[in-house]
Amino acid sequence: MVTSIKVENATKVFTKRYHKTFKQMTVAKLRGNKISDTFNAVDDVTFEIQQGESVGLMGLNGSGKSTLLKLINGTMRPDMGSVLTRGRIAGLIATGAGFHPQLTGRENVYLNAAILGMTERETARKFDEIVDFADIGDFLDTPVGTYSSGMYSRLGFAVAVHVDSDIFLADEVLAVGDKPFKKKCMQKMQEVRDSGVTLVYVSHAAGSVAKMCERVIVLEKGKLGFDGPALDGIRYVKYDDELSPEDRGSSSAAASMSVTDSELGAEI
Amino acid sequence: MTETTGSTGTQALVDRHRLADVPLASPSAHQGLLEVFRRRYVLRLLVKREVQGRYEGSFLGFLWSYINPLSQFFIYWFFMGKILGASHGFENYPVHMFAGLIIVHFFTETFGAGTRSLVGNKGLIAKMSVPREMFPVATMLVSLWHVAPQILILIGVGIMEGWQPDMVGMMCAVVAVLIAMILGTALALLFSTANVFFRDFGSFVGIINNYVRFAVPMLYPFSLVRDNLPTWVTHLYLCDPVAIACLLFQRAFWVGTTADPTRSAAETLPDHLGLWTLGNLIAAVLILVVAQRVFQKFENKVPERL
Repeated sequence: MVTSIKVENATKVFTKRYHKTFKQMTVAKLRGNKISDTFNAVDDVTFEIQQGESVGLMGLNGSGKSTLLKLINGTMRPDMGSVLTRGRIAGLIATGAGFHPQLTGRENVYLNAAILGMTERETARKFDEIVDFADIGDFLDTPVGTYSSGMYSRLGFAVAVHVDSDIFLADEVLAVGDKPFKKKCMQKMQEVRDSGVTLVYVSHAAGSVAKMCERVIVLEKGKLGFDGPALDGIRYVKYDDELSPEDRGSSSAAASMSVTDSELGAEI
Repeated sequence: MTETTGSTGTQALVDRHRLADVPLASPSAHQGLLEVFRRRYVLRLLVKREVQGRYEGSFLGFLWSYINPLSQFFIYWFFMGKILGASHGFENYPVHMFAGLIIVHFFTETFGAGTRSLVGNKGLIAKMSVPREMFPVATMLVSLWHVAPQILILIGVGIMEGWQPDMVGMMCAVVAVLIAMILGTALALLFSTANVFFRDFGSFVGIINNYVRFAVPMLYPFSLVRDNLPTWVTHLYLCDPVAIACLLFQRAFWVGTTADPTRSAAETLPDHLGLWTLGNLIAAVLILVVAQRVFQKFENKVPERL
């Protein structure tokens, strides 16, 4: 087996700043108040993910899930420890793609794909597929700054999922899409997973995590709280009341391929 | 896991992702400026975007790349040259001044726009793994792109004044652009990170740029500095890569328009210009190396502070 993601004692320190201007800082200093504080957004986290595994990343808001994904996709570097990956990484971080608001959808597709490591020819070849999937019509040639949040995430997901990647990161991708689009996304992600791509899936929806993943990692205030079988993980974060009886029955996500509307209902 | 099923279909998929011989590596870019040139396609897209975006929504579009320098030229020519009398008794003052203006404008643009480049590309930097040196470098290339039409105007004016091009002069022009590129990129790297932490630096760069315009022999000839100030001040004045770039551009485009090029070069330009050039070029490269080091030290904190 080949290790796809190796996180070793990774820690990412963030600085909270209470004061912004010189005046505020001086006043705070004179009064003996704190100007800034640090905290570990990701705190000494260690795990390994094998190639082809699909892992659900769960935890409350602010538990460090997005920061961990940023460490994995290389946007951030750990302050301590190490994060190593193998192959090309694609995906969505914190519900949206890194788009440039002044660029049109079309230009953003090319730029985004280029940053994700695709060549011009590769992008051109997949362009129609991406546009079809996003299904945003004429808006393709208007600046993405004018998009609705739904359109924005549709296009972002469409680009990310069509990159020929080895690791796919999906961070609350389904939070803003409508029902038909969610369904399409789930199907596409299952396809991606079944093609042997390593999948890291962040979601608060227990149903879809149970469907997609065989393993769950739970973060608690930046620390690794749980790492094990999906259903136990969901139970650990106490989301198991959302699960339908068939989810509880299925041992792993690979067992089920179809996505029904009721499962998506648990998404919100 | 798919590997364990062993059927032929999944086997093909496993082969597709056969990564055993691909080493585990850090997912973030860390080769600095080299990485930028390794990923030329992304760089090209960013530059294209900036070039298209600069005059977006304007009726005159690309014409503004001509109008801006022309209007600056007019202001300096009229107010400095005619009213303040800088052009009295000075041969082809407009060409002398415009040559300096182009290279200085290129430097200040690179410096100013480069300083804002990280903050301006927040959306990408916060979520995508892209070498962040890319953004200051891209703004430098965009400014470079706008130098071309200005040089065309300069050559046009020069030809009307009877400009005689020469090999050494052309080399001087290339080296001048090179110096401005290197120093501009270095300072853009330093100040773009600083600007992420405190936006004050953006305003500060505006002030520096104002000084730069007057601290180089653009509006006045170098001979005024040499003749009126002590030697050590003159030497200090020449320890400025932008001043040297300015002088090189004048050597390239102005000297050839004068009646006696050899004499006007000797009278107006400093002695040992070649040595000064070499020294300042080396200094600019060293500053770039230091800037890159500093950038790498701080860029890790950039995404969270944006």
